[in-house]
Amino acid sequence: MVKVENLVKRYGTNYALNDVSFEIGEGEIVGLLGPNGAGKSTAMNIITGYLSATSGSVTIDGTDMLEDPIRAKKLIGFLPEQPPVYPEMTVMEYLNFVYDLKGCELERTPHLEEIIQVTKIAEVRNRLIKNLSKGNKQRVGIAQALVGDPKVVIFDEPTVGLDPKQILAVRNLLRTLARRHTVILSTHILAEVQAVCERVIIINKGKIIADEKTENIVKTIEDGYRYRYKICGPQRDVESALLKLNGVKRVEIGTERDLDSYSYTVDCDGGIDARKAVFNLCSSRGWAIIGIEAVGTDLESVFIRLVDRSDGLLPDNTKKKKRR
Amino acid sequence: MLAIFKRELKAYFTGVIGYVFLVIYLAVAGILFSYTTMMSMSSDMSLYYTLMLIFTAIVLPLLTMKSFSEERKMKTEQLVLTAPISLPAMVFGKFLAPYVIYAGCTVLTSLYFLLLVPYAELKFAVLLGEVVAMLLIGGVFIAIGLFVSSLTENQLSAAIGTIAIILAFFGIGLVGSLLPSNYWLRFVFDALSIFTRFETFINGYFDLASLLYYISVGAVFFWLTIRVYDRRRFG
Repeated sequence: MVKVENLVKRYGTNYALNDVSFEIGEGEIVGLLGPNGAGKSTAMNIITGYLSATSGSVTIDGTDMLEDPIRAKKLIGFLPEQPPVYPEMTVMEYLNFVYDLKGCELERTPHLEEIIQVTKIAEVRNRLIKNLSKGNKQRVGIAQALVGDPKVVIFDEPTVGLDPKQILAVRNLLRTLARRHTVILSTHILAEVQAVCERVIIINKGKIIADEKTENIVKTIEDGYRYRYKICGPQRDVESALLKLNGVKRVEIGTERDLDSYSYTVDCDGGIDARKAVFNLCSSRGWAIIGIEAVGTDLESVFIRLVDRSDGLLPDNTKKKKRR
Repeated sequence: MLAIFKRELKAYFTGVIGYVFLVIYLAVAGILFSYTTMMSMSSDMSLYYTLMLIFTAIVLPLLTMKSFSEERKMKTEQLVLTAPISLPAMVFGKFLAPYVIYAGCTVLTSLYFLLLVPYAELKFAVLLGEVVAMLLIGGVFIAIGLFVSSLTENQLSAAIGTIAIILAFFGIGLVGSLLPSNYWLRFVFDALSIFTRFETFINGYFDLASLLYYISVGAVFFWLTIRVYDRRRFG
């Protein structure tokens, strides 16, 4: 549905995007993730035809953005970082304007009515946009993107500046949309990607550093298991016994105490899961394990590690990482 | 195109700019008309239109200063530029809204001359020529205004910049008139001057070359505006 090939955007000697390629299928919901200034917005602006790339191409449903921009743009609904609303218009006036602007062919009243219902802005339809709350402005921005029922909808940081309740509502809305549209969503909030997206593309400094299914992204970076155990027992004995287990590389002792336990973070060599061995060890010695948790497998730390690695701060040991 | 035109036109009158323009324009036109014709017992139209031309150069940027700068500032241009319409259509929609207001005012105020019919013999052909000239020049000023507005986010800079460019066009004619009449540069300056061209209309000549001149200057600025947006995309 959306095909991006070798996209380069250069400002002077700076590369905002450097050879970015990916393809997004129909009905997919994809998160574009990256630190601020990584090139997410630039990528979205190019996909929507707001900016032109220095080189490379964007194809929407088989239509090249440069060759036939009008046809290609008809297939896209876009919510930029700041909702492009005119403060002096009412919500209805604005949506009608967008309807005319996009040269929409669907029947006006039922179409706009449906959008208003989906985005839940029925109550504010006759109010001036300048008097709306930030969350409602954002909804109007989303509603605008949906006018014309485009096949692809692109949202640039749709939840920035919203309160937690509004964020949840917008995320739910995004999930509903994914059933009918191909959704691309940019964000630097990782929980958002985990909550909403099936696939994640991570960009840093204008380059794609990961492109995976959301649930796989953690596995691609983790080349060893890392768990934190809370074990009741004499600290020195527990540590030395843990270190003797097969595959254990390193044991870190934490300061927090729970009952009479200490916490031990255990790093293992690639592919070895030491949980059973730790259990057997402890039960044979009569030490109680009162907690096991995985460490560093949330998207947050994966993301930071990926970004650090691409910045050259960490050695690259993800050669097995597959690229689509 | 039509959507943009309608929105722009409406925006003038949901804010104050449209009303301010109408009030100032109609008031000044009325005063100038009374002074130049009724109170000086004359049916000569040339003074009125000369003064109106200068006045137009100052107030018309009021209408165009917001056109693009506001969209850029409010980031609404991202909506317009990612919508399935072409750049020329967008610029034309933006052009048409202030133009319709201006043209309406010009035609309306020109009807004042009909008041003189019982008292003097009116040269309708000259009147028509002058209205056409005013309409063309207004188009040029609006095209200049849109171009300057597309360069900045600041409305005030847009208005001042527009007035500066229009004054430069006046200035060319002024400098030209100081040069000896057989000097080649004088010929060039006269040809480029909005004002010198206007004099031919005031004197009652319907000059096809001037007509083409106004359309061309307008088209150049129209094209420049499109280029600004093209450049920004590739910038």
